[in-house]
Amino acid sequence: MATTVKRPTEKAPMIPAVEQMNIAPSPGDEAAAKRPIEAAAASGSVVNAPCFHCGEPCRTGAFTQEGRHFCCPGCQTVFALLADSGLERFYDLATTPGTRVKRTPMLRQWSFLDDVAVEERLLDFADQKRARVTLYLPAIHCVACVWLLENLFRLQEGIGESRVNFTRREVSVTFERAIVKLSRLAELLTSLGYEPALTFGALDSGKSRETPAWRRRQWLQIGVAGFGFGNLMLLALPGYLGLDSLSGPWFKTLAGWLSLALALPVLVYSAADYWRAAWLCLRRRMLSLDVPIALGLASIYGRSVFEVATGRGEGYGDSLTGLIFFLLCGRLFQRKTFDRLAFDRDYKGFFPLSVLRKKAGREESVAISQLAVGDRLVIRHGELIPADAKLISGEALVDYSFVTGESQPAKVGAGQNLFAGGRQVAGVIEIETFKPVSESYLTSLWNSAVFRKKSDDDLDSQTNQYSRRFTLLVIGVAIAAAVFWVFVDASVALNAFTSVLIVACPCALALAAPLTLGTAQRLLAGRRVFLRNAQVVERMATAETVVFDKTGTLTSPGAGAAKWSGTPLSEAERSWLRALAGHSAHPLAARICEAVRPAGTMAVESFGETPGSGMEGRVGGREIAMGSAAWLRTRGARSGTSEADPLSLEGGSVHVAIDGLHRGCFTVQSELRPEMETLLRRLRGCYQLVLLSGDNARDAARFQALLGGQAHVKFNQSPFDKLRVIGELQSAGCRVMMVGDGLNDAGALKQADVGVAVVENVGTFSPASDVILDAAQLPSLAAVLAFSKRAARVVRAGFLVSGLYNLVGVSIAAAGLLSPLVCAVLMPVSSGTVALFAMGATRWMARRSFDSGSQREEPLTAEAASVNFLTPAATEAAP
Amino acid sequence: MSVLVLLIFASLAIATTFLVAFIWAVRSGQYEDTFTPSMRVLMEEPPAHRDTDTIPKKPAKQNP
Repeated sequence: MATTVKRPTEKAPMIPAVEQMNIAPSPGDEAAAKRPIEAAAASGSVVNAPCFHCGEPCRTGAFTQEGRHFCCPGCQTVFALLADSGLERFYDLATTPGTRVKRTPMLRQWSFLDDVAVEERLLDFADQKRARVTLYLPAIHCVACVWLLENLFRLQEGIGESRVNFTRREVSVTFERAIVKLSRLAELLTSLGYEPALTFGALDSGKSRETPAWRRRQWLQIGVAGFGFGNLMLLALPGYLGLDSLSGPWFKTLAGWLSLALALPVLVYSAADYWRAAWLCLRRRMLSLDVPIALGLASIYGRSVFEVATGRGEGYGDSLTGLIFFLLCGRLFQRKTFDRLAFDRDYKGFFPLSVLRKKAGREESVAISQLAVGDRLVIRHGELIPADAKLISGEALVDYSFVTGESQPAKVGAGQNLFAGGRQVAGVIEIETFKPVSESYLTSLWNSAVFRKKSDDDLDSQTNQYSRRFTLLVIGVAIAAAVFWVFVDASVALNAFTSVLIVACPCALALAAPLTLGTAQRLLAGRRVFLRNAQVVERMATAETVVFDKTGTLTSPGAGAAKWSGTPLSEAERSWLRALAGHSAHPLAARICEAVRPAGTMAVESFGETPGSGMEGRVGGREIAMGSAAWLRTRGARSGTSEADPLSLEGGSVHVAIDGLHRGCFTVQSELRPEMETLLRRLRGCYQLVLLSGDNARDAARFQALLGGQAHVKFNQSPFDKLRVIGELQSAGCRVMMVGDGLNDAGALKQADVGVAVVENVGTFSPASDVILDAAQLPSLAAVLAFSKRAARVVRAGFLVSGLYNLVGVSIAAAGLLSPLVCAVLMPVSSGTVALFAMGATRWMARRSFDSGSQREEPLTAEAASVNFLTPAATEAAP
Repeated sequence: MSVLVLLIFASLAIATTFLVAFIWAVRSGQYEDTFTPSMRVLMEEPPAHRDTDTIPKKPAKQNP
């Protein structure tokens, strides 16, 4: 890394610090990183103070500088680096603001970023001298982070301005290309604890989010409409109050022409989306609410031009601009998007951006998009297998739970096949790919037809069904009024025709659904249920069948709590086990740590780990070994009980031997999430339940009992099977809601009418879906469904209210009595009542749905919640 | 009464100025991120956004 840095002479002190960080803990070697800990522990200097940098407890006093304690060399090095560069203010802005540098930065980890093709994809802007890049740093969590990242230029020469967007957790950095390379920037960020999360998807599809240009346009449209509306009201007011007669007829003419001029940009620019939508609908021979809106806008403006030009009046400019302004506000309210949530991710968002390739005896980091068939890859503990491959060497223990739903990690021998998307949970392995990334078993799911069809969401939504009838009715009434007046008084005919179109312009109708559904969406977001868009509420309300996935959805992901079976453990023995398990990064070890709590901490005197098999160490003078039964046997553990062969237990169990004597084992079972029984019992009454699991059928009876006798329970379902089953249910006429979590559910989530992705950590990877649900909120799913039904009822009631207004307005208009004043009063009043009704009733329904029964919780506003899910140190990077 | 005309156009001119200011604000990206600026207020010294070719001056050290 140091070779890529042009050393700035004036900042000599920081360079050794950075080098030290990358070299001190040797890359990828966990045992080496532990050596100092053991040494310190052995010397007995155990400190219980929290780390000054990251706040995690210090297990040792070995890392102390200027009277401050640190938990690991990584934290200490970051502190030293910041102190040397005069950035200690970082620690003033928040207590323990840092993020633990979890993995020691690898040498040349980011070197693939300097590849021209990769660089080109990532940079937002680049010329000969400078470039700007926007990186997603999941570790951003507090004020101090923002401050530090915006002061990056003090740490590295060649970095210019850096701006943080806190809600998106992104930093946008300008740098000088001759001095700093992209890889160096990524290294610097990683060494500070802000590892950029770069996924394969970022490279492949570019930035698919709403573009800034689009969002700016929305604001500008509202601004222009507001400008027109405000000024037109000012001009129209004297007319309403009858004051214009005081100033003579010239005022009327002036006001008329001015209002036409002011309304024109609003009509053309602000309402552009309505024109476009209406035109699209007509071309596809459909009727949506946009058609009567466009028709109304056209007739208002046309009639205004006619009245002003013939000197009959001032026109309806104020009503026109007000209408557009309200419509845009309603639309803005409805288009609530959640910045850090992506509802459209495919497998590319799950895969990392780079992988370690072995070529001609050297290891190099390459972008996944550049992998070729036959490449040798090195996969370490916790990393994903990017393409279908053959195992060459090492012991593979692969966790496929996210891909297949299989809850136990699979052991794979040399020469056997590994499938893309699996996560290696044992040590380092070497694999040889035999298929390109895009053609692997898992990713071929995305070639299925469901992923190709564009979702035209709300075509048969409730709103559209109503608006179709409404449009036909309005046009019918307008024509009838015109025909009637032609026979009675031909001079009023045109007037009546346009009046009906003007009044019936469905402002209130167009506001009822967006405001109700938008409010519902916000209220749900406050309960950590995030909807892709507001229409999802309507679709949720019509669901009749709820399909669940098992692993990771009904059960907790990964391993559940560890249960001890064997001779009871004493307090001292538990603390030994805890100390030893605390030294391993293995997921099962973490469960054991939790299971033997509470117990004091003990120093570990020696420690050794055989990846994939077990670990052993000396604690309190006793030799302790934990691991698989077979491994323990090779270590010479003997059975201490009279049971036939207690060491033969297999599958998710960790056996323990103390001083060579087998004591029992921890069994880790996939566990139901809390309150699932209650939820399923509540749902059983009103919905048809289905369970589709990729796991084997060993739990079949248990889940059949949970879901009830009528439920379909299917095991051993491949991702394709799940997709097919949902399709079959739909063709049988059911509206299906799918609740799942893994990539194996991706097809089913997409196929279902409503796809609900359950996530542990909002913001981490979830497959494409309509709803992202925080796993902790899964028990309230029944309440969410009940609420969606009530919200749909509120929408219908809102239609009724606005329908009544229309009835009044249309009768006035059809009688040929419409004046600008009536129009100007009727429109805001009807819109206002409908808006108030929609928002108030939805809130009331939410209270009824969520606060009844056991779920009494502090209601959060959407804003509070969105801040809330960002502020906890959600340092878990998207995988 | 011609003073009315004057007033109308004066008010329109002022309103237009605000509209132009609004358009400028939107275009310069001030509506992109409405949350982070509220955190920047908490930092006493704003980071001296410098051009890449100038050298930053080291701030005085202060002890936490």
